[in-house]
Amino acid sequence: MLTDSEWQVLALSAQVGLWATLLCAIPGIFFGWLLARKDFFAKPVLDAVLFMPMVLPPTVPGYLLLVVFGSQGVAGQWLKNNFGIELAFNWKGAVLASAVIAFPLMVQAAKLSVQMIDRRLELAASTLGASPFKVWRTVTLPLMLPGILIGSIMVFSRSLGEFGATITFVGNIAGETRTLPLAIYSATHQIDGDAMALRLILICLALAFFSLLLSNLLTRRAERWLGVRRA
Amino acid sequence: MLEVDVYFQREEFSLQVTHHFSAPISGVFGASGSGKSTLLALIAGLLKPKQGRIRLNGKTLCDTHAGVWTPPHQRHIGLVFQDGQLLPHLSVRNNLLYGYQNISPQQRRLAPDTIVELLEIGSLLERKPAQLSGGEKQRVALGRAVLYSPELLLLDEPLSALDERLKQQILPFFLRIYDECKIPMIYVTHAMSELNFLTSQRFVVQDGKLQQEIN
Repeated sequence: MLTDSEWQVLALSAQVGLWATLLCAIPGIFFGWLLARKDFFAKPVLDAVLFMPMVLPPTVPGYLLLVVFGSQGVAGQWLKNNFGIELAFNWKGAVLASAVIAFPLMVQAAKLSVQMIDRRLELAASTLGASPFKVWRTVTLPLMLPGILIGSIMVFSRSLGEFGATITFVGNIAGETRTLPLAIYSATHQIDGDAMALRLILICLALAFFSLLLSNLLTRRAERWLGVRRA
Repeated sequence: MLEVDVYFQREEFSLQVTHHFSAPISGVFGASGSGKSTLLALIAGLLKPKQGRIRLNGKTLCDTHAGVWTPPHQRHIGLVFQDGQLLPHLSVRNNLLYGYQNISPQQRRLAPDTIVELLEIGSLLERKPAQLSGGEKQRVALGRAVLYSPELLLLDEPLSALDERLKQQILPFFLRIYDECKIPMIYVTHAMSELNFLTSQRFVVQDGKLQQEIN
């Protein structure tokens, strides 16, 4: 049904999506919690900066990534010299591009999930001898789980759809950076690419639908587990 | 036992309390918004007084003058909230053991089995808080606080979410807990009938001050 190169596109997209999700998880949880629970002077500024990738044309973060993490960029050279990691024009760069674009979704989901938690539960835990870190670990974090789950699915889905930042930063290299949207773009520019484009588009539609369905089902399960929704 | 001499202010509201709580069960009565919950939050360390000090059994928990501040988790004071505040993701059993596990075995003065039996919650242990009735929640919340073996137990309108019939059923548990565990309690409520049942040491919070109740 699918050709080898189409399978390759799918596998690469999944690989990029999973890594991008992992990359976003911990900082996303941290910043979501920070924005929801802490008040500090620079909070509005931080909030604006964190959510900028959502409103910028993706080519802008893509270009900035190229400048900073490209082979001539400061961070790019540092990573290459110290860790042997090269980002420009390979799949790891595609991960970074996807993660940057999708990051606000993780922060937003985490932030909302913290805002939903009744503060008095955390206070109750502290009057039972739990240190602030233990309160976070045993109360705040578990109660954030549904939000983290939704955020992860959103980041993964958004990564599958990432186009602008990816093509700007790491190009459109078959087998290396050509994820689903780039492959569709390429196929529509080939003379006999219509059939391939159609197959990939159908896959995208199915993936989008099922990831949203999955996030819905998981949320219900998680809510039941948390006791928010009755079994 | 508990010496309180604090002044607290937030916007229009202020609270001034100077009192030495020494009764086994002290009752504090007040209308809603009078500041009685604020008093408990100050004792538990959930709020900081503007100035003053709080000493429990000779230990200074808070002294704004000397810059002493013990955070809530180190005060070893139990607090039962109005609606229980059971952790929704934990079973009744794990809720009961939450504070119990935070203290060393030497500090544990009560066995979980004893408390479970005393509060008649043995059949609820595997349930989640969402599957409990209001009265069951409050009994579990009380058990959880007591198993933490606190030096002082604060009860913030623990029955106000329950109807009259349930109140009558649960009130005796507080006396039972006191008889068994000998943990001193400060019981705050806006229902005088609850205090009449529990103690003769009654106080009123009015106009931001704590006053001895005169019958």
